[in-house]
Amino acid sequence: MIAVIGLALGVIAGLVFEPTIPTELQPYLPIAVVAALDALFGGLRAVLDGIFDDRVFLVSFLSNVVVAALIVFLGDQLGVGSQLSTGVVVVLGIRIFSNVAAIRRHLFKA
Amino acid sequence: MSTPDQDTPPQPAPEVATRSAGDGWRTLAHALRPRATRAQVITGLLCALLGFAIALQVRSTGEDSLSTMRQSELVSLLDQTTRQADQLADQVADLERTRQDLRSGSTSREAALESATRSAVAQGILSGRLPAQGPGVAITVNDPSRSVSALTLLNLLEELRNAGAEAVQFNDQRLTATSSIVATDAGIAVNGVAQSPPYHWLAIGDPDTMATAMAIPGGAVAKVQIDGGTAQVDTQDLVEITALRELTTPQFATPEPDSQG
Repeated sequence: MIAVIGLALGVIAGLVFEPTIPTELQPYLPIAVVAALDALFGGLRAVLDGIFDDRVFLVSFLSNVVVAALIVFLGDQLGVGSQLSTGVVVVLGIRIFSNVAAIRRHLFKA
Repeated sequence: MSTPDQDTPPQPAPEVATRSAGDGWRTLAHALRPRATRAQVITGLLCALLGFAIALQVRSTGEDSLSTMRQSELVSLLDQTTRQADQLADQVADLERTRQDLRSGSTSREAALESATRSAVAQGILSGRLPAQGPGVAITVNDPSRSVSALTLLNLLEELRNAGAEAVQFNDQRLTATSSIVATDAGIAVNGVAQSPPYHWLAIGDPDTMATAMAIPGGAVAKVQIDGGTAQVDTQDLVEITALRELTTPQFATPEPDSQG
């Protein structure tokens, strides 16, 4: 419940304060968001699997975000930024779908 | 801290939807129950961060699509726009050139039309198709005894032409290149029409030149007098030649192909 409240609080904070994203971070934020979503669904699956660990969740969340941003940064440096970010989004999307499938199996047995 | 209490004591969770899925729902409900554990706080913080980032990203995406673009994307966009602008500029130049062409084409067409009109007017006057006016002379040949020969009159006409007459009228007949002056039993016939004296000549040209040419000793006037008539030459500032001559289409003569242009 705290997680849901935190999510809502974050959204509200983002809408209320309207901070501007630093220009250097702008390309990485969408990828980081997708990576964080992946970590979130992974955590939810772990909860349902009964193997949730807050340290694992924290580390996977942060490492997901950092690695995703790093890959995009590297892609930018190599001149294939848009392709690599597309690739990252695809991989993370696949992971999110498989996590959601596992969650669904837990909740609906289907 | 893992959640070892997966098998929670049986407790009627309100979210239980289906009996078979009850286990999963119970676990979820248990995990969502607010507790001040480290796991919950960390999860809440991370979720808040995620929500914040999502809100930020959504807002900035809706706000301005250009500012979220990567440098390479911006460069390619700029490239594309520049190329498009170049193409459009080329198109503009092309159309300008076409317009210029059309305009000069219409100008030259106008010039051609004008010169054709001018030449049509000139040829109309020369061929007797158009009435004409201008300075010239009026010559009256009195021949009460009808003794002035056709040859003499023809000679008078030739003298007028030599003096630069541009349009000549004999009584009511226009004299052109195809005109004829012949002697018939009934007298003089011009263009096939019998004429009776006095003969009124009208000629457009330089009046002084023509008057002088008429008065040359042994010239046209003298010949008329030799034949037994009299000729009176008056220079006039405005001579109006109204007689017209219908043109016949050439039947045998055709333009030479080379000289047609």
